[in-house]
Amino acid sequence: MKRDLVCIICPRGCRMTAEITDSGVLVSGNACKRGEEYATAEMTAPKRTVTSIVRVSNRVDTMVSVKTKEPIPKEHIFDAMEKIRAVSVEAPVRIGDVIIENLFGTCIIATKDVK
Amino acid sequence: MQKHDIVIIGAGPAGMAAAVAAYDSGVKDVVLLDREQDMGGILRQCIHNGFGLHKLGTELTGPEYAAHYKQMVSDRGIKVYYEATVTGLTPDKIVTAQSREGILKFEAKAVILAMGCRERSRGALNISGTRPAGVYSAGTAQKLMNMEGYRVGKKAVILGSGDIGLIMARRMSLEGAKVEAVCEIMSYSGGLMRNIVQCLEDYDIPLYLSTTVAEIHGKDRLEGVTIAKVDENMRVIDSTRRYIECDTLLLSVGLIPENELTKSAGIKMSPLTNGALVDENRETSVEGIFACGNVLQVHDLVDYVSDEAEIAGIGAANYVKGLKTAKKAVGTVAGNGVRYVLPQVVHTDSGEDIALFMRVVKPYGKVKFTVSSGNNVLATATRLKAAPGEMEKIVVKKDKLIEANGDITVALEEI
Ligand SMILES: Cc1cc2nc3c(=O)[nH]c(=O)nc-3n(C[C@H](O)[C@H](O)[C@H](O)COP(=O)(O)OP(=O)(O)OC[C@H]3O[C@@H](n4cnc5c(N)ncnc54)[C@H](O)[C@@H]3O)c2cc1C
Ligand code: SF4
Repeated sequence: MKRDLVCIICPRGCRMTAEITDSGVLVSGNACKRGEEYATAEMTAPKRTVTSIVRVSNRVDTMVSVKTKEPIPKEHIFDAMEKIRAVSVEAPVRIGDVIIENLFGTCIIATKDVK
Repeated sequence: MQKHDIVIIGAGPAGMAAAVAAYDSGVKDVVLLDREQDMGGILRQCIHNGFGLHKLGTELTGPEYAAHYKQMVSDRGIKVYYEATVTGLTPDKIVTAQSREGILKFEAKAVILAMGCRERSRGALNISGTRPAGVYSAGTAQKLMNMEGYRVGKKAVILGSGDIGLIMARRMSLEGAKVEAVCEIMSYSGGLMRNIVQCLEDYDIPLYLSTTVAEIHGKDRLEGVTIAKVDENMRVIDSTRRYIECDTLLLSVGLIPENELTKSAGIKMSPLTNGALVDENRETSVEGIFACGNVLQVHDLVDYVSDEAEIAGIGAANYVKGLKTAKKAVGTVAGNGVRYVLPQVVHTDSGEDIALFMRVVKPYGKVKFTVSSGNNVLATATRLKAAPGEMEKIVVKKDKLIEANGDITVALEEI
């Protein structure tokens, strides 16, 4: 199976061609190694980083932005959103703090400091 | 009146990177002014990922990229004035700001403009119909959702397929809204390919090209919109009118560099970029005033914003140190297929390689760019694809640059 893909890892958006062969996924058109990794995953098990926000319960009208530490399987995006929506946190929060542990093989972490 | 070596207006990614670069070049008396309560500019509301892979080597969200630079600013002890809105700038570099403590006045040896851009609003468009609630500019909706946690709507139509529109289509889908359509009046999207893939295709959101919102319906609250195809002259084709029920319309119809201050200082502007005319150090037509980031040209890649800001920061520091020596100035010209080239002025005796940035006029397949001056070819570059939404960068080597004996033209040919 051969497919034209656009790398979504960075805004350069390399146009790539990927083909599943007996010796693995063959990728061309990528400007860096991350593109090859992305194309390989996209052909076998597509993943996405999910980003959203969580309410800070002890601050007025304050949200903290969060993300999945690693990309998660694409089909679980909405499950992850539901889990994220269900929680709130208490300040102080630091970038990298784990907000939800163990979610589809990774975790949800804060991407912003809230003092 | 406070005296400083360098005063920077705006503490977004451009202002922060310029401050750090100026400081690291040895000019330590640098101050940053921003009207908001925090550094980071537009990145504070861009909670999605995709920032910094090239500049910092890891893929970050907007707030994380901002935090990285914020740390560098505070590590150096650079003074930042928050909630200080700059209201005046003179050619002799007097900067006036309104702050909570009253009016602040600064006299600077060099000024760096880093005010970013703002969105075009509905006023700039010509859509007939009512003016109900539920119509937002996409950036305003992004701020409401991501910084204030406000749910914007349940059924949305987005006008404009620039990156903000695409990012918001995904954001609203993630929050459970149904995005019925993204309409783009042009025959191509101005957004990055990656955003079409991961924001629209991933969520099965249709993108209608050569299509606009012809009418807005609803009295107090938006009830729906009429979309329609447009002809080559951008006129609505009546037979294609179609009603879509929705409670939200997001407008993502372009960004305008925030240049009121620039103009008030008498700085020469480019009608092509809507920013100042600059040389390779990002110095404007007024000596000692520099510009970088979205106030200079609208960027889609923050990595390039930081690069450009470093050039301006180093340029301003060298200016303060009296290290300006290059004298032979030539202009740059956008040739076939190229909408603009920045910088607009280049010193051929600068002794450095110079990167030229440009945008093409329409989407192309494989193209070859040629940078030339008279009969001298200074650089060439081929690309498999080129699109107006993706800024191109071509480096001219210093030993080639001295061969330029007049204006430098960048043109493309399809190959
Ligand atoms: C919605 C959106 C999504 C994007 N997505 C990506 C992406 O995925 N990846 C990527 O690499 N790039 C992305 N970008 C591009 C990148 O983030 C921007 O180009 C970059 O933030 C511009 O930086 P800046 O510092 O020039 O402007 P800004 O971030 O706008 O900062 C300008 C600062 O100046 C201040 N200011 C303005 N006027 C005054 C005044 N008179 N007095 C005092 N302060 C003032 C403002 O408060 C602000 O803090 C995106 C941009 C947008 C808008
Ligand atoms: S292949 Fe590398 S350079 Fe190209 S888009 Fe992907 S991450 Fe960016």
